[in-house]
Amino acid sequence: MQNIVQRLLDGDRRALARMITLIENEVPAAHRYLAELHRHAGRAHIIGVTGAPGAGKSTLVTQLVRELRQREHKIGVVAVDPSSPFTGGALLGDRIRMMELAGDPNVFIRSMASRGSSGGLASSTGDVVRAMDAAGFDPIIIETIGTGQAEVEVMHSAHTVLVVYAPGMGDEIQAIKAGILEIADIFVVSKADKPGADQAAAQLSMLLGLDPNRRKGPWRIPILKTSALKTQGIVEVVDAMQQHLTVLKESGMLAQRAQRQARSEVQALILHAVMQALKTRVSEDEWSALVEAITVGERDPYSVAGELLERIRLREE
Amino acid sequence: MPNLRPIRVLVAKPGLDGHDRGAKIIARALRDAGMEVIYTGIRQTPEMIVEAAIQEDVDAILMSILSGAHMALFPRVMELLKHNNVDDILVAAGGILPDEDVPAIKAMGIKGCFGPGTSTEEIIKFVRENIHPERLKTEV
Ligand SMILES: Nc1nc2c(ncn2[C@@H]2O[C@H](COP(=O)(O)OP(=O)(O)O)[C@@H](O)[C@H]2O)c(=O)[nH]1
Ligand SMILES: [Mg+2]
Repeated sequence: MQNIVQRLLDGDRRALARMITLIENEVPAAHRYLAELHRHAGRAHIIGVTGAPGAGKSTLVTQLVRELRQREHKIGVVAVDPSSPFTGGALLGDRIRMMELAGDPNVFIRSMASRGSSGGLASSTGDVVRAMDAAGFDPIIIETIGTGQAEVEVMHSAHTVLVVYAPGMGDEIQAIKAGILEIADIFVVSKADKPGADQAAAQLSMLLGLDPNRRKGPWRIPILKTSALKTQGIVEVVDAMQQHLTVLKESGMLAQRAQRQARSEVQALILHAVMQALKTRVSEDEWSALVEAITVGERDPYSVAGELLERIRLREE
Repeated sequence: MPNLRPIRVLVAKPGLDGHDRGAKIIARALRDAGMEVIYTGIRQTPEMIVEAAIQEDVDAILMSILSGAHMALFPRVMELLKHNNVDDILVAAGGILPDEDVPAIKAMGIKGCFGPGTSTEEIIKFVRENIHPERLKTEV
């Protein structure tokens, strides 16, 4: 079999699909492939779409993709849904709304289950985006539900974050206030064909007015209304996404962000390697003994940590 | 243990019939058995199903059909898979499949045929036991 990296770069979508599987499964070779892909990536505009379940994210993404196709883009979509913490299974239903896009070779859609790893989700999503980026997809849209730390973390890898809010979701506006207000670059009030959209937009506007973050540097966070039913507001959202990218570039924020990102990526890889090393080199029995010793006061957490760190370091050489 | 990864399954409803209760029940049962299930919704063309299966890199495709159009739709799905050089995805079918058609369906390369009375346990077991061994390898 020809090298999977080369096939991916040549535009073979099966190679891309398999690469994503290798990334998701954390196979040992994945990091080697990603290292090769890195210099071909870094071109794509990464867009995050988040909001409560049922807010209309997948429907919006489908319409955004349709509009972006009109503008001659080749688009990647990563739709993340939660895995069951009990069985590890997941029902990735987002594909339903996006099926109309299937068959277009310039649209690549991948559903991902969160697989319960809190820190791991953000890094594996980032790696999947990198593979799509190297394969020439631009922009790449990541959809995740807007609850949970892991999902919010995923949004940190996006250049432009859309927070979707549907009217009539009642106390959801509180949820927005609590968590994702800070990460929004564009607010989308979806289902504008329904009553309450204007009111929701006004409420959001008030909320943002109280917030000094309404301006993110030179960018003023817009509130845009869309209706998938009437295909309204989509052009405006795509325009705003592209304007946001321009502002990021011109203000130097994009470059700063890339530096921050590179640093945190290396840190995350090191943390991950340390955790892996601990997993493989300290057995569950040994853990139990150490934990027991600490709880009965024979040992202390500091010297145990020092000892284990020393062991990882020595074995690495 | 990277090779203990969830099995990924595409549950698809080709054809024009609008009932997907059965397909949804199967999708949920597979999820509850620890699999990652991509559900496509109703009225899918063979092209959509095969493209989704490729992009999602699934281990198995389960097609559910009630409309009687299976003898037109299934060969097209298998043809498209072949056309895309896909030979490692397990394909199975469920729904209303007359007994006399079963040999022909199996001859197309569709490994499992499940009538309306099949238990979800049976389908889960079938999927687990028939995934292409190459696919469960974690190296390329
Ligand atoms: N009336 C109306 N319904 C919509 C609109 N957008 C989405 N919906 C419906 O809202 C529900 C949830 O949509 P979905 O895109 O799956 O939301 P997600 O969970 O945020 O991805 C579906 O039943 C959609 O048909 C819209 O603009 N207008
Ligand atoms: Mg969705």
